[in-house]
Amino acid sequence: MQAAVLTNVTKLYGRFAALKNLSVTLEAGAVYLVLGENGAGKSTLLRMLAGLSLPTRGGLTVLDGPANKQQRRVAYMSHATMLYDELTAMENLTYYSGLRKGSGECACTGSPEMALRAVGLDPHLNKPVSQYSQGMRQRVSLARVLSADPEMLLLDEPFSNLDVHSVAQMLDLLKDFRTWPLPNGHTRTIVLTTHQAELAMPLADYVLRIQAGEFVSMEATQTQ
Amino acid sequence: MNYLRTVWLHLEKELRLEFRSRDALMGMLFFTLLIVVVFSLAFDPTSQPTLARQIAGGLLWVGLLFASTTALNQSWSREMRNGVLDAQRMSPSPPSALFLGKALANFLFVTIVEVILAPIFFIFFNLHILGQASMLLALLPLGTWAIVVNGTFFAALGLRARSRELLLPLILFPIALPALLAMISAATGILTGEAEPQSALRILGIYDTVYTTVSLLLFETILSAE
Repeated sequence: MQAAVLTNVTKLYGRFAALKNLSVTLEAGAVYLVLGENGAGKSTLLRMLAGLSLPTRGGLTVLDGPANKQQRRVAYMSHATMLYDELTAMENLTYYSGLRKGSGECACTGSPEMALRAVGLDPHLNKPVSQYSQGMRQRVSLARVLSADPEMLLLDEPFSNLDVHSVAQMLDLLKDFRTWPLPNGHTRTIVLTTHQAELAMPLADYVLRIQAGEFVSMEATQTQ
Repeated sequence: MNYLRTVWLHLEKELRLEFRSRDALMGMLFFTLLIVVVFSLAFDPTSQPTLARQIAGGLLWVGLLFASTTALNQSWSREMRNGVLDAQRMSPSPPSALFLGKALANFLFVTIVEVILAPIFFIFFNLHILGQASMLLALLPLGTWAIVVNGTFFAALGLRARSRELLLPLILFPIALPALLAMISAATGILTGEAEPQSALRILGIYDTVYTTVSLLLFETILSAE
């Protein structure tokens, strides 16, 4: 099964082409590390996979459907924390988890409390997120996407603001996350961008390189 | 049932955020109090009670309309901070539930301001109701909802605009004009006792129904815009 198929995808912002005729197939169950310089189009690619941005030209399917109709199966962690500053971590996660719960969907989704513990935070910490350090916010943000129990996890620069120890913890957690069973029997896909390639390399199955919005290469890593 | 639960989730979150920051309520309250004081000094309503009754309805609603724009912009700017709006766009819950939760929260905030403001307004303008006072119970919620439902919708429309603080009044005031005229006419009718407010209330009821329906139907398009 394919997690995402991009066919000649171009994304224009005014006259600026963030992505140019990008054609890539991402296999389900694999971890993709997207590398490129600033402005290469990494974040644009992730936003498109998340369904937040539509291609100007070309075809895009995510988990065999339109990207903007996969909200229950895809989770996205961006540069921004996507958290309400005035709420505590637990309140933020409980709110988002409440929004995801539809009819008959309760047991399968991860609990906010478990997700916070998994990223090494105390769920009962009674402080608004605005008083957290950057690293703590980053971890809450990761807990937010993990508690969504997604089939496809999109991480944009997840290691920024984290110390070496926290990065190692996050990598262990992501390795573990891949093994969590999904109720439909599918496998989990992770797509992540980073400038710290050496940190993420042990996790990655494939490295996708893009430059100035264009495809450069896709290589399997030694872990594959 | 799920839909109502989602609306409640959004409403609860809005109330919690406002309770912690008090941005919207304080801004509205001080703005409207300032309007009441400035106009009471400018018109000297105690010496002209008939004139005061005739203009009070207009002053009250125009003041509330101006003040509510600050709160309406505020409520959406919270969603822009930290990219929260993207998380809302990726949420599988119905977008109209977000709109409804926010509109209900704004309705509560404006109502709180009205409850605090009303006695002060009556004292400063030396007002005595000569018409059907009970009609205020219909006018206040209908009028408040008319301001809030449009305001919440158009504040969301200008969310990504650079000068959104300016954009909201420019769009909202002309569109709210029919409702504003009905609100002023009903309020003046109740205060002076010279006209029946029922027809103005009917217009408000129709206005509220039409704009609530349109806003709920179109909100998803606004939210999903890049």
